[in-house]
Amino acid sequence: MKDFNGKVLFLDRSDINTDEIIPARYLTEVTKEALKPYLLEDLELPGFVPSRDIQEKKAVISRSNFGCGSSREHAPWAFEVNGINVVIAENFARIFRQNMFNCGMLAVELSREEIEGIFTDFAGEETSLSVDFEQRRLYLESKGKKAVYPFSLTGFDADLITAGGWVAYADINY
Amino acid sequence: MGKTIAEKIFESHRVNSPDGQVEVLRLDRVFCHEITTPIAITDLMDRGMDRVFDPDKIKAVIDHVTPAKDSKTALQGKILRDWARRHGIRDFFDIGQNGVCHALFPEKGFVRPGFTVIMGDSHTCTHGAFGAFAAGVGTTDLEVGILKGVCAFRRPATIRIEITGTLKPGVAAKDVILSIIGRIGVNGATDHVIEFTGPVVKAMTMEERMTLCNMAIEAGGTSGICAPDETTVAFLWPFIKEEYNSPGAALAEYRRWCADEDAVYAREITHDVSDLTPQATFGFKPDQVKAVAEMAGTPVDQVYIGSCTNGRIEDLRAAAAVLKGKTVSPAVRAILAPATPEVYRQALKEGLIDTFLDAGFCVTNPTCGACLGMSNGVLADGEVCASTTNRNFKGRMGKGGTVHLMSPASAAATAVAGTISTLFREAE
Repeated sequence: MKDFNGKVLFLDRSDINTDEIIPARYLTEVTKEALKPYLLEDLELPGFVPSRDIQEKKAVISRSNFGCGSSREHAPWAFEVNGINVVIAENFARIFRQNMFNCGMLAVELSREEIEGIFTDFAGEETSLSVDFEQRRLYLESKGKKAVYPFSLTGFDADLITAGGWVAYADINY
Repeated sequence: MGKTIAEKIFESHRVNSPDGQVEVLRLDRVFCHEITTPIAITDLMDRGMDRVFDPDKIKAVIDHVTPAKDSKTALQGKILRDWARRHGIRDFFDIGQNGVCHALFPEKGFVRPGFTVIMGDSHTCTHGAFGAFAAGVGTTDLEVGILKGVCAFRRPATIRIEITGTLKPGVAAKDVILSIIGRIGVNGATDHVIEFTGPVVKAMTMEERMTLCNMAIEAGGTSGICAPDETTVAFLWPFIKEEYNSPGAALAEYRRWCADEDAVYAREITHDVSDLTPQATFGFKPDQVKAVAEMAGTPVDQVYIGSCTNGRIEDLRAAAAVLKGKTVSPAVRAILAPATPEVYRQALKEGLIDTFLDAGFCVTNPTCGACLGMSNGVLADGEVCASTTNRNFKGRMGKGGTVHLMSPASAAATAVAGTISTLFREAE
């Protein structure tokens, strides 16, 4: 199973699309590793500097409809090769969410109220995430603040995480 | 209880349901292009599993950057080409025969009502116009599709959108779908199939239905679907005439995929288009839509006519009708990319290419290129393009560029005026 623990990158906007996560001009690469320098290159958010703010981050927290647009799996791959294996959001575009689990990565949906609360309490602070996969709980911690959020996964999505992705799962089952 | 089209297709293609929520479906078609397939191919090779489930059900095309623009895109084409040859994939379309996948594959008759189709391309929903369940997927789903011929989907809820009223002359399928996305939002159909129905859809050609279904993904939809009817059969007849005694017999067979009258929908929307005028996007999301008339006068640097949304012959006819006898504004670079060689050839025969050239358009070979800012019409920082494509994300057609989505007729009028424009006028 991949590592889902570490520092959080907050992306405070809904509808962050796959072109913003990894622009099409980099889709000419034929290895995942080659995408590493370009993650979120076209995402314009106040104060956000991709090259500076992505460093050492292990998780992303954003708002609704995360990963909308293209089917490009280059979007989760660009996170993966930067060491980010988990995205937490109010909800996801279908293909992006499926791509995450297909890669053995975690896409967790929390309620609008919970996401709002997280942005109010933690965004702007150095925040760490730890994931208890078995108990389906997320723990957030920053200086002086702690919170725990239960989450749910479908049985299939959980099996993909455990199997390390859809190719390995499908090879055994189909 | 009655069933929707998607429920009927899921039921007939179900392999199993691993957890009661997800259904693994048997695939009738796996479509491939050179941007999202090569990494699936190399991963299969790395795993020692370089196999395909059925070379006749896999169709492949080099379409996104063609001819190759550099060594990297040449390598992507080579990986796909070598793989297609190695596995005996007969329907592989390379230079000279290649075109935009979602225009080319329907033209070849590869999709039938009731089919399950996946491709590593979000606009795969286009093929739902034929009464198929067609969904864009990522490279891993594609990889498993190639290897095993299956794909997993959550059981789909369906939104039924009944399009009612009568379209005014000069208002196109593109205007209809833009108005629907503007109404339900970029997240309005996420994890849902959209069934497009009603008298307006019934009256649409297959090309118009493809434009409609093509942009279902821009509302988050898994697939857009139109029920098969006489129009579907007429389009497919050259490809199915050996299988059926008559078009009526084909239709009788295909009707089993139509939704039951008592089918249960997650949501039902009636969308009346009687008062609809030409639409265009503003901003950077496809649901930011308003009337072209409200945006009139906005200057543009480039006009692009083409893509899987609006690069078919009827689109070229609509644009050429506007351009006839006119010339493109000196402020504008105008580009036409016919979606397939067949579209290009037909446009030549009809004299449409002359009309475009006379007006001052650059006519390129069929390719996806400019739509996603990869080649053949990339914007510079700060430039604006009026485009018949499907996404207006910031920088989509080139970093720092802005895209206004619109119909081919509106794009042509804009090319002539140099600012966002339409020839459409309300009847007195």
